[in-house]
Order: sequence, then structure tokens, then C-alpha cells
Amino acid sequence: MKVIVCIKQVPDTTEVKINPETGTLMREGVPAIINPFDQYALEEGILTRERHGGTVTAISMGPPQAREALRDAVAMGVDDAVLLCDQRFAGADTLATAYTLARAIERLGGADLIICGKQAIDGDTAQVGPGVAEELDIPHISYVKKVVSIGDGRIKVERMVEGGVEVIESSMPVLITVMKDINQPRLPTLKGIMRAKRTEIKVWGLEDIGAEEGRVGLTGSPTEVIRVFTPELRKRGQVIEVPTEEAVAAVVRKLRELRAV
Amino acid sequence: MTGIRIREDVCTRCGECVAACPFGAIEITGGTGATSGLPRVNDSCTLCGACTDSCPVGAIEIARDSGAGPAPDHKDVWVFAEQRGGRIAGVVFELLGEGRKLADSLGQRLGAALLGSGVRGLAPELIAHGADVVYVADDPCLDRFRDEPYALVLEGMVNKYSPNIILFGATSTGRSLAPRLAGKLRTGLTADCTGLEIDTETGLLRQTRPAFGGNIMATILCRKARPQMATVRPRVMKRAGADPGRAGEVIPFAVDSGRMRIRTDVLEFVEEVTDTVSIEDADIIVSGGRGLGEARNFSLIQDLARAMKAAVGASRAAVDSGWIAYSHQVGQTGKTVCPKIYIAVGISGAVQHLAGMQGSEVIIAINKDPEAPIFKVATLGIVGDLFEVVPALTKELRKASGAD
Ligand SMILES: Cc1cc2nc3c(=O)[nH]c(=O)nc-3n(C[C@H](O)[C@H](O)[C@H](O)COP(=O)(O)OP(=O)(O)OC[C@H]3O[C@@H](n4cnc5c(N)ncnc54)[C@H](O)[C@@H]3O)c2cc1C
Ligand SMILES: Nc1ncnc2c1ncn2[C@@H]1O[C@H](COP(=O)(O)O)[C@@H](O)[C@H]1O
Repeated sequence: MKVIVCIKQVPDTTEVKINPETGTLMREGVPAIINPFDQYALEEGILTRERHGGTVTAISMGPPQAREALRDAVAMGVDDAVLLCDQRFAGADTLATAYTLARAIERLGGADLIICGKQAIDGDTAQVGPGVAEELDIPHISYVKKVVSIGDGRIKVERMVEGGVEVIESSMPVLITVMKDINQPRLPTLKGIMRAKRTEIKVWGLEDIGAEEGRVGLTGSPTEVIRVFTPELRKRGQVIEVPTEEAVAAVVRKLRELRAV
Repeated sequence: MTGIRIREDVCTRCGECVAACPFGAIEITGGTGATSGLPRVNDSCTLCGACTDSCPVGAIEIARDSGAGPAPDHKDVWVFAEQRGGRIAGVVFELLGEGRKLADSLGQRLGAALLGSGVRGLAPELIAHGADVVYVADDPCLDRFRDEPYALVLEGMVNKYSPNIILFGATSTGRSLAPRLAGKLRTGLTADCTGLEIDTETGLLRQTRPAFGGNIMATILCRKARPQMATVRPRVMKRAGADPGRAGEVIPFAVDSGRMRIRTDVLEFVEEVTDTVSIEDADIIVSGGRGLGEARNFSLIQDLARAMKAAVGASRAAVDSGWIAYSHQVGQTGKTVCPKIYIAVGISGAVQHLAGMQGSEVIIAINKDPEAPIFKVATLGIVGDLFEVVPALTKELRKASGAD
């Protein structure tokens, strides 16, 4: 069983604060982490290897510092890690990112199972996984909350949808995107951390993966962010600090006004 | 770094761009002011353009291809008419309402792409809600939603009729299908939009969406590739009204299922049974957070909700503590709701929570901390102890409804 996990390094959005004066994002001291959903993807990859044998490779496209995310993945237990890093990859939207990851996966000789996180917490698009599958011309199953079984070149999973759960079967190779319900990611062991220190993270550029320059980075991205701004907060209403009876009366009055009582 | 250039002759080294960059990609050495170095753009740059807007002297340039207008052979606004078991998904009516506006401002038609098995009969409902044309692919292979056949059929439809814009609901179906289709068509796709409008000058679709966990909003264009595609967050756009008398055209689309390669199968659908009103459909939601302190206190929320015939919501802290199921979670990683009344009890109002409920018409917050950010968005804020206020309020409301 050959597994490839796609991981992204993201700023920890829980730590992102807005500067109240300028209304801009304050990034200082915001740590870079492995996208939380990708931790579950890594864990599922490692679990699959433990159950079915084979190898797990983590890949990431990003700036040189994304090497740290891959090192963390090795510490968790993946066998191998590749960083796709090239000036020409910069400014990629989900289409160009999916294309680039797909070329790298081909260069790695493909995989039986490719695992992505449900979405990245910076862009929140959830589009890269299905995009990679399309580019590789393999099926995908998104929002997977449980892998039921793998065997005879087939996989059976549970997928979360509105109002319930779908049980889906697919031939392999297949790409799945995973939710947090799927497992409990392990912490790196001391041995893993030592191994991560020694492991060489391969770095591949455009030529290494045989990608077309016109389809990567900014050039290969049909979408274009033209404006970034801080969301307008709602207008502050009335805030009162009064004894309980009065507070209750105020709420009831408001509810009557809205015909909710 | 490709694409971005800071003009040395114009730059005043004021540092505005450094502060404005959401990705920490601009650095200035030697402090700000005349003696410092030129800002340097590092590899974290995504060319988002936040810095160009922030620069007071216009010293930052991002080279982009000049925006070609909409290709003349691509016309009409389409809506993907998602259905499950022969019932049209609620979000489709919202897409029709929004799509109608976009189509009218472009002077183009509103189309709906309806895929399924035995779904032909749903076309009149789509027309009544604003569609001018309904393209129907009716075939047993489309019975249950599966990404591969749906994407293939839609690709065929798009290649035949060349729509200018396609909107999908940002549901588990839309968010799985749309990126697959965008990949086939090699066009842009904007995820989870909360605002759409036509740029009056260029006729391009301006797509606005939250990112960074709702901390920032981004407006996105797809200048050259067609169709312009977006998934749209449910419960944000206004639903279209129905006019059963509206006329429209129904165009069948032939499906060659024999030639299709389908590698996935839906074996089973297990419905999740919920006993209460689902929070997405509710007019009133009472939500509880960490302020409740422990699991058994969550009954205060349930009692209040029952007294008001409201649905029960929760912050992530309450869900993570195991006080209530995930399906009740409101926020960035939970559900987006926009009820008429949202009552937040013991919820601080973290930005990720606000992301899911800011669209509520009226927000009533009960929190003992006057500094809690929830008060910034509340229509009526009560600074007080929930353990006193909530039981008293429940009692009062029970009395009121008993007197009715
Ligand atoms: C990527 C990401 C996604 C997230 N998605 C979501 C999401 O979808 N939904 C979500 O809710 N959160 C989400 N979060 C978490 C979010 O950041 C907050 O941690 C969470 O919303 C806090 O919940 P809370 O307001 O219940 O708890 P707290 O922040 O701990 O607030 C509890 C409040 O109760 C008040 N209180 C305490 N005792 C009393 C009393 N006796 N009477 C009155 N008031 C009292 C306190 O003053 C306090 O304001 C997300 C975070 C991340 C990083
Ligand atoms: N630059 C990247 N490198 C590797 N994997 C990525 C990258 N961007 C996205 N992914 C994968 O795609 C998933 C969805 O990301 P997104 O579509 O950006 O929300 C992530 O959870 C990752 O598994």
C-alpha cells in the first residue's frame, strides 16, 4: 500500500488578532503550524501503513519554511517527505496548487491512497483535494469521517453529508479528504523527533516534477484576489447592566416587539 | 518574487504595507522612515494585493494581465439545482434569488442545471423561482449524487451551452463537485462566497468570501477563464419568491451513461435523527457556551429553547466539552445560521463563533463579562449572571405563553 498525504503549513488562525486601530491583521508572533485537518490526514496515512504495510509520503507546496511542517510529519511517523518549492509556484490558487501537487504525485509514481485534510484553515476552500483527484483522473471522496475497510483494491468509507452519513465504496487509487472525527492524531515520539532531525527533506522545483510553467503559480491561476479587507462588525446595540428582574423585563419587551412572545 | 514590485523612487518607507500584509511577507530593515531600507517581499507573498491598497503613495505594483471582459460567447448565469431524493435543496432557492439579480444586471438569462433520476418534474418549481431555462439530465446513473458522473454530465452541458457564471451551494455536494468540474474546465472557483455582485465596468463577477477563519474578507475575480464559478454559503442570500405562473423553457440533455467511467458507489445513506428543530431552519436559536460551566447546566439552554419553541445551538467550547452534539455547533467549523433571533448565553463571541451567526437579524447576548466581544454585535446585551437571568427569563416566558 502506497500512501501520499498532502499537508499545508498555515498560520495558526486562533492566534491571529486584528489591530483595532488599523483594522489589519496582526501577524507578529503568529506561529506556523501544520493545517489542523492535515494532522488527521497524516494520522490516517500512518494508521493505513500500520494495518496494511507499505509506505507513507508527505508532500507540501510552499515556501522554504514549510520544510518545518514536513519535518513535523516525519516526527509523527511518515517515511518520506517532499517540499515543492519554486519561485514560479508562488501566488497559486487552488487550481494551480492542485495541478502542482498532482504532477509531484505522478513523479512519486502515484499512490493507492492519497489523503488531504478537509480544508486548510487559512483559505478555507476545501477545493485542493478534489482538484488533485481530477488532475490525476482518479475518483475522490470528500468529508470522510471513517475508513471502514481497505482490501482487494477497494476502499469503503463513511462520508458526512447534510442530514446523515453516506457509506461509499470506491476502487483504488482514490483520494479522500478527511474530517476531524476520523481519528486522534498521535504526538511525535522522541525517536521520531530524532529521526526527523536526520531525515533529508527533498526539495523539488518546476523541472523536477515536469510541470508546465503556464499552469503553476500566479500564471496558472484563473482567480485573482483583488481586495482584502476586515469584515465590518455589526453595529453595537444597547448593552445594559441592571438587576435580574429588569434585565428579564428588557428581554421580554424586545421579544414582544419582535412578536416572538 | 514574480509579479510584485516596489518602486524605490516612490516608496517612503512608511511601513504601512508591512502592517497590511496578511501573510507577513513584507519586511523592512532598519526601522521605518527615510533612513530605512526598501521593503522586501519574501516567499510568503501570495500576491493578494492587500499591500497595494494600503500604500499611501502607490509605490507597490502587481503585474497582472489586463482584464479582458467576459468572453462574448459565454452567456447566462447558471445555478446548480442540487437535489436529494427528488427534493430540491433549500440553498438552490437562495441561488436562484441571487442568480436572478446577477442575470438581470448582465441582461442575460438565468439557467438551472438539474441532474438526477426521475427529476424532470422538478423543473417547474425552478422556473417558478426565477429560472428562465432548465437543462435537465435525467438518467439512472445520476440517481444518487456521485462526483464523477455529475462532473462529467455538467462538463458536457457547459461545453454545449457555454454559461458565463455557475453558482453552487457550498454544501457537501457543491463543495465536492464544483472543484472537480472547475478542474475539468480549467477555470477559477471561489469557495464559500457570502457576497456576489457584477462589476458595472467590466461585467465581471465580484466574489467576496471570508478567509483566515473569518478574520479577513477577500474579493476575487476570474477575469479570463469561463465560466466564472463560485460556491455560495447557504443561508446568506435571500431566497427567491415563487410565481407559479412564470414561463420558462425546459431543455433535456442526453446522458450517455455507457461511456461513463464511474468508480464510486453509494452503498447506503444513514439518516441522522434529530429530535429538535434543526438549527439551519430555525427562526429562533438559543445557544449556550462555556459559561454554563458543566454538562448538566446545559439544560438551562434546553428549557429556555423549549419555552420559546427555539432550536438549540452551541459554541465550539460547549461541543468540545461534550455537552451537546456537533450538529448543534454554530460558527466557522460548525453551521452558519441566520435566524430572526439569536440568543447567546455564556458565549464570549470569538471571531470563529461570530462568523456563523453575525447574519442573525437580532442578537441578544447574556454574559457576565461586560468586555465580552459578543456585546459588540449584540442588538441587546445583558451584563449579568446567566444562572440568575436565564431561569427567570424561562419562567417569565412560560407564564406569557400560558396566558396566551
Ligand atoms: C479554526 C477554528 C475554527 C473554530 N470554529 C468555531 C466554531 O465553528 N464555532 C465556535 O463557537 N467556535 C469555534 N472556534 C473556537 C472559538 O475560537 C472559541 O474558542 C469558542 O467559540 C469559545 O466558546 P465560548 O464562547 O462558549 O467560550 P469562552 O470563550 O470561554 O466564553 C465563555 C463566556 O461565558 C461567560 N460566562 C461565564 N460564566 C458566566 C455566567 N455565570 N453568566 C454569564 N456569563 C458567563 C464568560 O464571561 C465568557 O465570555 C474555532 C476556532 C478555530 C481555531
Ligand atoms: N500548498 C499545499 N501543499 C500541500 N497540500 C495542500 C496545499 N494546499 C492545500 N493542500 C491540501 O488540500 C487540503 C485542502 O486545502 P484547501 O483547498 O486550501 O482548503 C489541505 O487540507 C491539504 O491536504
